[in-house]
Amino acid sequence: MRRRPSSLVLRRQAINGLALGLASFATLLGLIALTWILATIIVNGATALGPQLFTRDTPPPGSMGGLRNALVGSAIMTGLGVLLGTPIGVLAGTHLAEFGRASRFAETIRFINDILLSAPSIVTGLFVYQIVVQPSGHFSGLAGVLALALVLLPVVVRSTDETLRLVPISLREAALALGAPHWRMVLRVLYPAARTGMLTGVLLGIARISGETAPLLFTALNNQYFSFDPAQPMANMPVVIFQFALSPYAAWHALAWAGALLMTLFVLLLSVAARRLLRTGSA
Amino acid sequence: METAMSAREAAQAPPVPRIMMENLHFFYGETEALKNITLALPQCQATGMIGPSGCGKSTLLRVLNRMYDLYPGQRATGRVMMDGENIISPEIDVNRLRSRIGMVFQKPTPFPMSVYENIAFGVRLHERLGRAAMDERVEWSLVRAALWDEVKDRLRGPATSLSGGQQQRLCIARSIAVRPEVILLDEPTSALDPISTLKIEELIDELKTDFTIAIVTHNMQQAARCTDQVAFFYLGELIEVGPTAQVFTAPRQRRTQEYITGRFG
Repeated sequence: MRRRPSSLVLRRQAINGLALGLASFATLLGLIALTWILATIIVNGATALGPQLFTRDTPPPGSMGGLRNALVGSAIMTGLGVLLGTPIGVLAGTHLAEFGRASRFAETIRFINDILLSAPSIVTGLFVYQIVVQPSGHFSGLAGVLALALVLLPVVVRSTDETLRLVPISLREAALALGAPHWRMVLRVLYPAARTGMLTGVLLGIARISGETAPLLFTALNNQYFSFDPAQPMANMPVVIFQFALSPYAAWHALAWAGALLMTLFVLLLSVAARRLLRTGSA
Repeated sequence: METAMSAREAAQAPPVPRIMMENLHFFYGETEALKNITLALPQCQATGMIGPSGCGKSTLLRVLNRMYDLYPGQRATGRVMMDGENIISPEIDVNRLRSRIGMVFQKPTPFPMSVYENIAFGVRLHERLGRAAMDERVEWSLVRAALWDEVKDRLRGPATSLSGGQQQRLCIARSIAVRPEVILLDEPTSALDPISTLKIEELIDELKTDFTIAIVTHNMQQAARCTDQVAFFYLGELIEVGPTAQVFTAPRQRRTQEYITGRFG
């Protein structure tokens, strides 16, 4: 007694099958590329892994060494960049979501922030080169910090703005109805409510700036030696990887691969942490 | 001695208005949502606000604690007198006013913190209490909100893990912890199950001994059960106000009659 499917249904089924097939193929293509990259990094990086990476500095050509100065330099610059960019980003995002709301000023800032978010980071590097490196006459870790903070800033502004606006209006009204001043409501009720989202934004921002090469190329440059002094040029992972990978020396190539693997693992760790945070936070 | 006197006086004299609205108008931009309202909220009594959706009853509550201040384009004119002051005048300190006039919303709004902190948050805004005094205040307000027995072992647990009915009683506890004089309830039971609703209705009856209450409700039985005075609103106008028993048994206006018997709205 089953009715034969009409031509309309058959056509829809065909289109559905075609679309599904194309989507699966695209996914497969993306996954293959990703796996390939990861596999290459792991295979090449793993052979160069070893404790010397963390105990010895970048070597001159022809000798053995590690990545200690670059790791420390990257940690210092990323850390200071986060310390500089996060508070400004959180405050700006708070203004957009809470105080500026839909004002013309806030809409303009939001628009400019989005441009900043997608601007090529080399522009940021050149900008800092122009306003810090050139006047001071030399490359420095601080210029690198500034460039990284500028890359981080729009990420934090955006995530703060968006997560705060996701907090229901009823929660704001409830706090204000108790007689709370606006700032206290933001600090004690909205921030805790939006905490996981904001923190995730910062973590993803860290993941992004820890791998940025272009802003550092024009600011911190690089340093062959171990240095804690941010007023001087500072070694860092991305630029070391860049320089060593382009060099003709096999030992440097190995170090570049090892550095790439370390960076990838670090970003992976951050992403996993951010995901876990989001899951426990929303539960 | 003094309390005995005032209790006797209260029994004899007509109820003293705690809040007196006179010629109150309210606007959302160009739209007039409240038209020339004159209404008294008698001290230590519950006033029910009834009427079809959009009639202005929730708006009225939001005028009383100046919630409308948050939104540009909303304004009120006229007078709302409390202790000789017009509380809608711009000179009034809104935060202090809101500590005197608390509000409980339609949906429970627990803050993302512990049960204890939910209550301490409001208290800390207006008073500096030591640990012991704060513990005492938290317990007092939870007892008054009929929630203490259910949460006394989980005061440090997150408030969001309480049930809906418990969350709403927590919000009531949070409001009374600030020790306001007036409590505004905006459809406090519309999101709750019948048992939680019953608990909150009993609570309202109990709270009247200390607080002046205004409650917006769509539930006629609820208005009949737990209010002393009922005000019927329609299209932004106050159609009728009177003692609850009288409004429900012998309304003076035809529209009130039609609304409470379910013929419209």
